[in-house]
Amino acid sequence: MSKEKKGVRLDHISKIYQDPKTGKDFYAVKDTSLTIEPGSFVTLLGPSGCGKTTTLRMIAGFESPDEGEIYLGEEAINALTPNKRDTAMVFQSYALLPHYNVFDNVAYGLKLRKVPKDEIKNRVMRILDLVELTGMEGRMTNQLSGGQQQRVALARALVIEPSVLLFDEPLSNLDAKLRVSMRTEIRRIQQEVGITAIYVTHDQSEAMALSDNIIIMNKGVVAQMGSPQDIYYHPNSEFVADFIGEANFLKGRLDQMDGDHAVLNVEGSSARVPAKAGMTQGKEYTVVLRPESAVLADQGGLPCQVTLSCFMGSYQNYHVKVGNTLVKLTDYNPKNKRIYQVGESCSLVFDPESVHIL
Amino acid sequence: MAKSQSAALDRKKLMADPVMVGTIVVLITFLTLFILYPLAILLVDSFYGGEGFTLATFQKVMAMPTFRTAIGNTLKVGFLVGILSTIVGLLFAYVEVYVKMWKFVGGLFKVVSMLPVVSPPFVLSLSMIMLFGKAGIITYFLLGMEDNSVYGFWGIVIVQTLTFFPVCYMMLKGLLKNIDPSLEEAARDMGASRSKVFLTVTLPLLLPGLGNAFLVTFIESIADFANPMIIGGSYDTLATTIYLQITGAYDKQGAAAMAVVLLCITLGMFIVQKYYLEAKTAATLTGKASRGRMLIDDRSVTVPLTLLCSLATIFVIMMYACVPIGALFPTWGYKFTPLTFKWFGQVFTRYHGLQAFRDSFVLSLIAAPITALLSMIISYLVVKRKFKSKGFIEAVSMLAMAVPGTVLGVGYIRGYSGGLFHSANWSIFADAVVENGKVIQEAGALHGLFPNGLLGGIYGSAAILIIVFVVRSLPTGTRSGISALRQIDKSIEESAYDMGADSFKVFMTVTLPLIKDSFLSGLVTAFVRSITAISAIILLVTPSVYLITVQINEFAEKGAYSIACAFATILILITYGSVLLMNLFIKYFGTSRKLKPEKVKKAKTKRINIQVIKEG
Repeated sequence: MSKEKKGVRLDHISKIYQDPKTGKDFYAVKDTSLTIEPGSFVTLLGPSGCGKTTTLRMIAGFESPDEGEIYLGEEAINALTPNKRDTAMVFQSYALLPHYNVFDNVAYGLKLRKVPKDEIKNRVMRILDLVELTGMEGRMTNQLSGGQQQRVALARALVIEPSVLLFDEPLSNLDAKLRVSMRTEIRRIQQEVGITAIYVTHDQSEAMALSDNIIIMNKGVVAQMGSPQDIYYHPNSEFVADFIGEANFLKGRLDQMDGDHAVLNVEGSSARVPAKAGMTQGKEYTVVLRPESAVLADQGGLPCQVTLSCFMGSYQNYHVKVGNTLVKLTDYNPKNKRIYQVGESCSLVFDPESVHIL
Repeated sequence: MAKSQSAALDRKKLMADPVMVGTIVVLITFLTLFILYPLAILLVDSFYGGEGFTLATFQKVMAMPTFRTAIGNTLKVGFLVGILSTIVGLLFAYVEVYVKMWKFVGGLFKVVSMLPVVSPPFVLSLSMIMLFGKAGIITYFLLGMEDNSVYGFWGIVIVQTLTFFPVCYMMLKGLLKNIDPSLEEAARDMGASRSKVFLTVTLPLLLPGLGNAFLVTFIESIADFANPMIIGGSYDTLATTIYLQITGAYDKQGAAAMAVVLLCITLGMFIVQKYYLEAKTAATLTGKASRGRMLIDDRSVTVPLTLLCSLATIFVIMMYACVPIGALFPTWGYKFTPLTFKWFGQVFTRYHGLQAFRDSFVLSLIAAPITALLSMIISYLVVKRKFKSKGFIEAVSMLAMAVPGTVLGVGYIRGYSGGLFHSANWSIFADAVVENGKVIQEAGALHGLFPNGLLGGIYGSAAILIIVFVVRSLPTGTRSGISALRQIDKSIEESAYDMGADSFKVFMTVTLPLIKDSFLSGLVTAFVRSITAISAIILLVTPSVYLITVQINEFAEKGAYSIACAFATILILITYGSVLLMNLFIKYFGTSRKLKPEKVKKAKTKRINIQVIKEG
């Protein structure tokens, strides 16, 4: 598509809702500023009620922000109605028009734009080809499977060539297998078209698989924004670390600095981890340890005791206690080593480079 | 926290949509002019004497013994009718949902729930008199009773119960179906007998629903005009007293005060019913039954219950059948054979039948699409859009449900006979005053344009009848429209909006096609309600317009039952025909078939329920 790509910018956006039970106002989205680069795929990720869908609906125009301004490219679009905004949304429930067939559904937006008939036909067929639905154009939407309906919804949004494509948890109504194949599909199509996409989901693996950038939201504010690797390996808070993947938190006081590493006292033993700027002696720090970043050994790490040992096929699942802290581990290659049994005392070993200090 | 920015933006977005703004303005104007204003003017009239606030009018009407009796009568009748209708309705609903019955009984039930919908409101009064009156077929000719009087309290109670219980039956049937059978099975499993289960599980769950049904019929009974008029005899209710106060005593101000009293009663009950009981019903009976119910097939239960209900239905059907048969007898009460069509002939040759049918038909035909479209637009706005005056639109269109026709009629007389706000009396609209050939006062500047004051011209015209038809059917239409729209996923319309359609386009290309069935049934419902309406109409109709219901009422009052029956029979044929037509239409062109191919079989037997609560 030859159209100029546009980014989206949110400038100190807030949205206030009223709690229907107590009648009190609260911030659904609070003072959020974001910049989404033209042509990039950005995911808004967070638990339910974190404000991600509200943010998306404000970009689409269904909700009006209470503070701040939304820009599409250079244009401020706060006062524009959804039908005047150059965005197209793919809904969670697909929201296909049930009284139209596939072709008419996809052609709907073009007809509203008074595109000539021949061109409508060409464009619809081209898009249906892109989403691999050629030959289905005469079907009614209720004769399609969930995945096919989702493709129609995507085609309908793409065909009007919007500047920005918005996705509101589009895969949550599909079964697990289809979800995986559809997300690859969505990513492929987005790359092919080169369109700016904003995608709302609460499924972290979906976010990881799809995005150039992930924005993690919590309680109406942005918790962290960055590439999937960035967020996984360098979370900036316990919330983010816990939300993306699984995380163990080891707490320890700083004993001493050792070059660019810090030596912490964790439950009475010393642990060497990469330092961060501005650490002070004696203060307590939290270390994020991913379950796959540590293994059990007979000695050489933090002393611990096994409380759960469970064979899961591709990995061995351990729960161990380091002092009073519970640590969950997944050992992907248990056969090469011995398998530790419940009650055994052993040692928790991790590579200093694979942990991250908050 | 300030929500001012979003409010301002929402307003801006709304203003960017001129069709929507226009629609809202038109709606608000319509609702204000034709629902709020007539009611407000009643209040003003009854509290405003020549100079300022006064209670004199109220004191005057309250001092009338006839009026005080009428209040007592109305409440007594309403209370009893409410209770009886709820009990009978519950019995029917319970038998249908819980008891295994013979196939044909289900058919009978369907007929009984349909009959009050398609027949004019006072048909049962007619047949009651013809069957059980002084010269009634059953009382006089079969039983030889000399002087049996059906007029008065019991006549009204029986006729109203028979007219209104199908409404309770339909309401309670829906609720009973929503009770999860596993609740009752659990109680049975723990050792409760069937009657114990009914008393300790089913009934408590149903209680708010029963209260709801009771109040709905109570209101209907109080507002009913035609039945007390025909069968009440000297037993006057509020509605008839108000009518007589206007047509007999020419006391419009007194009638206005009485109308305010009647309105307060119905409005109070309506508020309890709508905001308290309906919410409670929804809270106790939510969700769908998880699976089918084991029907009671114990013969000691099924046989008596089915028998009882079948007899009751046959009785009701017989009552209705009496009307067309009554129209065939040569002379009612004296000569029953040979059957003749002469009354049908006379309807057209002597009693302005053609004109009555034409006027009724044309006016209802104009009113029906307006009503259907208005109610769909209101439902769309209420369910799918948010804007400031939405609460007003919803409240006023529902308010109309609580306003008895008689009250509305009086309001229109007071509100429009002298122009809007009695503007015919304003100096700028006033006519010149001429005395002894000398002009003492010049005509007002706008007299030439509006000789009857603002909007005064519609009083006495056919237009006001159409408006009354619309206002009287609007609440039912809106209610069924709202429930139809609530079933449609909000994001379907949002997606169209997002694709670039404005509100008007969304409504025309998405909303309306999706609720086509509901729209059609709203259309027919409005038509049927309009053509059978009487209470408000009878106060507003002028000699230049003939309406069927007014004719029937007139002949029934005169005792010319054969003519009244002939009129009523043709009317029932028209209404039943239009309902049949609608069902056919929905079957072949409706949305349900196209959208749910797997349910074609079901759709074939499905009848669209017209939610009509009969007006009196």
